[in-house]
Amino acid sequence: MSSQETPEENLPDEQAADKNGEVAVPGEKHPFADPGLPPHEHRIQDIDERAAKRSERTVALLFTVSMLSTIGFIAAFVAIPVDKSVYIWPLGHISALNFALGMTLGSALFCIGAGAVHWARTLMSDVELADERHAIEATPEVKAKVMEDFRQGAKDSDLGRRKLIRNTMFGALALFPLSGVVLLRDLGPLPEDKLRHTLWRKGRQLVNMNTNEPLRPSDVAVGSLTFAKPEGLEEDDHEFQTEIAKAALMIVRIQPDDIKDKRELEWSHEGIVAYSKICTHVGCPISLYEQQTHHVLCPCHQSTFDLSDGARVIFGPAGHALPQLRIGVNDEGYLEALSDFEEPVGPSFWERG
Amino acid sequence: MKKLSARRRHPLAAVVVLLIALAATGGIYTLVAPPDKAVADETAQTLTIEEGQKLYAVGCASCHGTGGKGTTDGPSLVGVGAAAVDFQVATGRMPAQQPGAQVPKKKNIYSQAEIDQLAAYIASLGAGPSVPTENQYSPEGADIAKGGELFRTNCAQCHNFTGKGGALTNGKYAPTLEDVDPKHIYEAMQTGPQNMPSFPDTTLTEQNKKDIIAYLDEVNSDKSESPGGLELGGLGPVSEGLFGWIFGLGGLIAVAVWVAARTAKARKS
Repeated sequence: MSSQETPEENLPDEQAADKNGEVAVPGEKHPFADPGLPPHEHRIQDIDERAAKRSERTVALLFTVSMLSTIGFIAAFVAIPVDKSVYIWPLGHISALNFALGMTLGSALFCIGAGAVHWARTLMSDVELADERHAIEATPEVKAKVMEDFRQGAKDSDLGRRKLIRNTMFGALALFPLSGVVLLRDLGPLPEDKLRHTLWRKGRQLVNMNTNEPLRPSDVAVGSLTFAKPEGLEEDDHEFQTEIAKAALMIVRIQPDDIKDKRELEWSHEGIVAYSKICTHVGCPISLYEQQTHHVLCPCHQSTFDLSDGARVIFGPAGHALPQLRIGVNDEGYLEALSDFEEPVGPSFWERG
Repeated sequence: MKKLSARRRHPLAAVVVLLIALAATGGIYTLVAPPDKAVADETAQTLTIEEGQKLYAVGCASCHGTGGKGTTDGPSLVGVGAAAVDFQVATGRMPAQQPGAQVPKKKNIYSQAEIDQLAAYIASLGAGPSVPTENQYSPEGADIAKGGELFRTNCAQCHNFTGKGGALTNGKYAPTLEDVDPKHIYEAMQTGPQNMPSFPDTTLTEQNKKDIIAYLDEVNSDKSESPGGLELGGLGPVSEGLFGWIFGLGGLIAVAVWVAARTAKARKS
């Protein structure tokens, strides 16, 4: 369609006038005339009543399918056993219940949407409307009326005269938000020194996580990987998760000659070293140990630590080395801690220093 | 008797007494000690080791050196045990095709008899873990739930929660455990191949290993079921997110474009 066909009523008029009263006619500022709206064109449904009926039936069908799907959803939920498995191409073996629930729910929602779209496109009025914008500013008369009303109200309420009421009201309004401020206290209390200490103490034995038995040095072979918890901490303890999250240990044995860090060697027992299993970046459990390189990789952000060199960070975002636990052997021949970790385990925090 | 006692201070007397004592101990031991059970198999065993040595000289010695002492290209095999040989050779990892970050699994070219000979030879070089019996690794009668717990504690960090494998540093990776022979899983835990740490019986008992194998058999074999349907590799949020963005969001965009592109007007322009 070309601009020559533009009917009279759609030609640019005052609607295109801007703030300065200029009209968008060809000129220096507006090289092109506003073409206005094209003439309205009819849909088949506007002209042919049978087509409109067909559309109506299609929309109704879509809504009916949605209803049936919802009923199907409820029926599937009730009827299909949880552990029934079916083969459906291309998904393979799949839980019949999951599949039925997903399909019926999806179809119920989709048909509502599709019906609505089809209804709006084919049957609802599609006559183009121009909705003019107006200046947001109120007219001077309205402004004057509002100000007048306000002054009258202030005068009627006696706010200026009854100062006691005014002042106590201000007091009440000012105090009320304090309850919200006080509630912020529940964000605390501060952790005090909980982040700096774990269950490890001098003399506490290292217990194998798998067997729940205390470890002997001979149990830990070169190249092996063992996870340990402090003696006395049991899985059904109320505080188990809180405590193991700090105290979890990873134990490996490195030939003493291969240990590059002097302090690491001193804190080890015949090459058996015990490190915190908690990454110092954001605290993921870290135990992707490569026994030939002695590197430990964190699966979350790929921080890599060298266990043969004081668990120094050799790659990734971690800020400091994994804390090492000083270990020795007690009179009964079991591995024991010689102290708590010297530094806080896990990720850095504000007051860590 | 007098003659003997006269020589008791002779400088060599002590040596003579020692020799007599040693000979007596040895003689009595051979008479009293039970006959060695292996005597009957001894020749067969020696033959196996000899055969293994021949295979070793052809397939392994170029990297691992003569007598398994190791070279700059391959580690010493003294003390790695028969289990390590059985794992490495039967899964096709050894002999390695080329040096690299990690030696991959490939088609095994040795028969089980040849592998046994090789294993016998390597085991004869130094004591190490022996090949497990079927009784040790068969998943029957094991505690699958306990196995899952143990797997998540000890293995899942590298091998993924259902043993689909995962990436490590500098080109190394933890391989998928899908359809790996239970025997090889057991041997891998026992010996710690390549960069995998070992889990000796002292830290992960025989029963623990059995439980882990039973768990893997349940979640990661051709008979295991996936209630969610399409697994997308079982790798977690990466593949699932990619699928969601491309097919989920892409599908929505395609529908939106399709709806808007079709005109409802009677006269098509």
